Amino acid sequence: MMVVENTIDTFDSPPEERIGKDKYETDAMWIYMGPQHPFSHGLWTLKVRVDGEIVTDAEPVIGYLHRGWEKEAENREYPKIIPMADRLCYSASMTYTHLYCMTVEKALGIEVPEKAEYIRIVADEICRIQSHLMWLAAVGTDLGNLTIFLWGMREREYWLDLNVRLCGQRMTTNYPRIGGVRNDTTDIFDRDVMRCTERFEKALWDIIDMIDSSSVYVSRMKGISRLTREQCANLGVTGPAMRGCGVDFDLRRDDPYGKYENIDFEVPVLTEGDTYARYMVRIEEMFQSCEIIRQAIRKINALGKNAPYRLKVPSKVPAGKAFCKLEDPRGESLMYLISDGTDKPFRLKVRAPLFTNISASRPMVKGVRVADVPAVMAMIDVCMGETDR
Amino acid sequence: MSNPYYPYDTYNVVYDIGFEVYQFLGGIVAWLIDLLLPGNPVSEWLISDAVVNAFAIIILALLIFIVIFVGVLISLWEERKVLGRFMDRRGTMIGMKGFMQCVADGLKTFMKENTLPKKIDKMTYMWTVSLIIGTSVLVACMLPLSDRFYIVNFDSGLLIVMALYALAPFFILVSGWSQNNKYSLIGGMRAAESMISYEIPMLIIVCSVAVLSGTFNIGGIVAAQNESMWYIIPLFVGFIVFFTCSCAEAERSPFDLAEAEAELVEGWQTEYAGMKWGLIMLGDYLRGFASCAMISIMFLGGWNIAPFASDAVNGFLPELVQLLKGWFIFFIMIWVRVALPRVRIDQILNLGWKVFMPLSVINLAIAVLLKVGGVF
Repeated sequence: MMVVENTIDTFDSPPEERIGKDKYETDAMWIYMGPQHPFSHGLWTLKVRVDGEIVTDAEPVIGYLHRGWEKEAENREYPKIIPMADRLCYSASMTYTHLYCMTVEKALGIEVPEKAEYIRIVADEICRIQSHLMWLAAVGTDLGNLTIFLWGMREREYWLDLNVRLCGQRMTTNYPRIGGVRNDTTDIFDRDVMRCTERFEKALWDIIDMIDSSSVYVSRMKGISRLTREQCANLGVTGPAMRGCGVDFDLRRDDPYGKYENIDFEVPVLTEGDTYARYMVRIEEMFQSCEIIRQAIRKINALGKNAPYRLKVPSKVPAGKAFCKLEDPRGESLMYLISDGTDKPFRLKVRAPLFTNISASRPMVKGVRVADVPAVMAMIDVCMGETDR
Repeated sequence: MSNPYYPYDTYNVVYDIGFEVYQFLGGIVAWLIDLLLPGNPVSEWLISDAVVNAFAIIILALLIFIVIFVGVLISLWEERKVLGRFMDRRGTMIGMKGFMQCVADGLKTFMKENTLPKKIDKMTYMWTVSLIIGTSVLVACMLPLSDRFYIVNFDSGLLIVMALYALAPFFILVSGWSQNNKYSLIGGMRAAESMISYEIPMLIIVCSVAVLSGTFNIGGIVAAQNESMWYIIPLFVGFIVFFTCSCAEAERSPFDLAEAEAELVEGWQTEYAGMKWGLIMLGDYLRGFASCAMISIMFLGGWNIAPFASDAVNGFLPELVQLLKGWFIFFIMIWVRVALPRVRIDQILNLGWKVFMPLSVINLAIAVLLKVGGVF
């Protein structure tokens, strides 16, 4: 058990608001890396206070993409919320719909057939890999190299093709259903998946070789923006950013949901806590996801073609409360459902991992040079859909 | 062929062409005027020696500018296609294999609105842009493409080229200031400081090449390499350092702070819109082309195909050989851009002062030792 201290100080507003425009000091300036920014990967502002070349303070401003998701969910029947959950985080859509279906199934008290669980695992891991590949592409552009952007997107196309073969859509797939999944896998799906994973591991090694063998890349990432384990725990950072700081916790292994306890995989954890560690954790996670996919596909084959993949569920959910957690590509996401016996939820609350990770941007960015700020922010993989909801 | 006003010592094919063209056109005009008013002094003056020489020089300058301009457009096209292929895509495809796309982009930039922000310092804003582009064009056109394709043939040719090349950082600094924008000022200062700190190793390496060849004259350097060997072999360290410093001077990735600072702090080019920006970009490519031409002259033997080849082989289209060598070096610069991310400003300055300057001094020492030891 970690002994935690209070290391969070209060946010202070820009100096001209605090001490008045006439007394405002002139050697430190606030730069607004504003909502209209070529490389901010989503609609948010990061105000940084710069003293010469070093950042001394930061303040993230979010809320530009707020769509009233939770309120909208109160007005829709349960199955109609599934496409909405897709659009919570548009690059990791399968995990959010899986989370939502798990929450409603828990409220209903039903157990999903085994085949559906394994198919959901495969779909989740495909989603994780393609989300990490989009992150890798974004890291390339932030560091100033367009080649990694195009190579990452090229690799991602193969995984999106797998999504098409599974359910017909590339990104916001609308695939899991309350009680299972929408359709069974095809006969040749396992062949396609195996081909894709073999090809992918070789291609990813090419990209990583290019990055690791060049001291320019490594010097842009190593030693920059360290976070300690205690800071991570205090700030509530989860996901690969937390595992890069030495906290050894992954929901799939330590609090397994949906048959992950039958899958054997490793969780990458590094202790340095700098940008390079967070980068390496995500790369290693992609390799581990390939391993998980292979094992899950074998289990699906073992269950055979005629195993059930979907249950019929009642449309009214009995009154009660349910919550479920899931390991999203960006961290730990959670949904909390309060139902009242009708066919629409009374309250549906989403905890997005990036909401807390972005609030941790202030200690991450303090003490770093201005030119490194995009690189640091790229490593926590911002996707504003889930942050703003 | 030559008249008493002929300004050069050696044969200059572009002067020839200019001479012939003016004699033809000026002759027609003089003959027409003579038809109307027989025996008038204007016709006499139009085909007199001094006037023919003057116009031949003007046409020479124009021709050389056109040839270099097309060469720079070809290197722009090369960059887009090669960049595309490295990134597993095809690059521009419109026009003759994508070449017309560059011309189309230039025409499009012509039609954009030339905005003029309100509170700038107008005179420095206008003048610095013209001077940056002007010096870039001057440097690119002062490098001869062969023994017979040149504008001037200075005895201190390479030194003058380097001096003109080094004027641009000052204008960048002033133009960053003139835009009345604290971010542009910072961007201008950063671009200027990185360019200035990379010029010193370049100058020391130019000195080492001059030590080995005995002259700063560009024709002389190429002839000296033709007798012994290409200077990339003894001065390999100098080649690598000069190559990297040219990437930094031409503000190419991995040293492209001026364009990249737009992501955090705006660069010095932000308030320039329309054709001014287009010409700044062209100036960037002109400087890249000029440094590639310099590398090919100093290290790769210039316009001779090989030192052991006979004179007849070396004399066949030397201009094309020089251009091809320049484009090959540019290909390596594109390769460097593709593979590496941006270097941070403090890392750039570290490299320039702490790594490249000692290496260039070592290079100079090697050159002096070789010369004193009688090898060259």
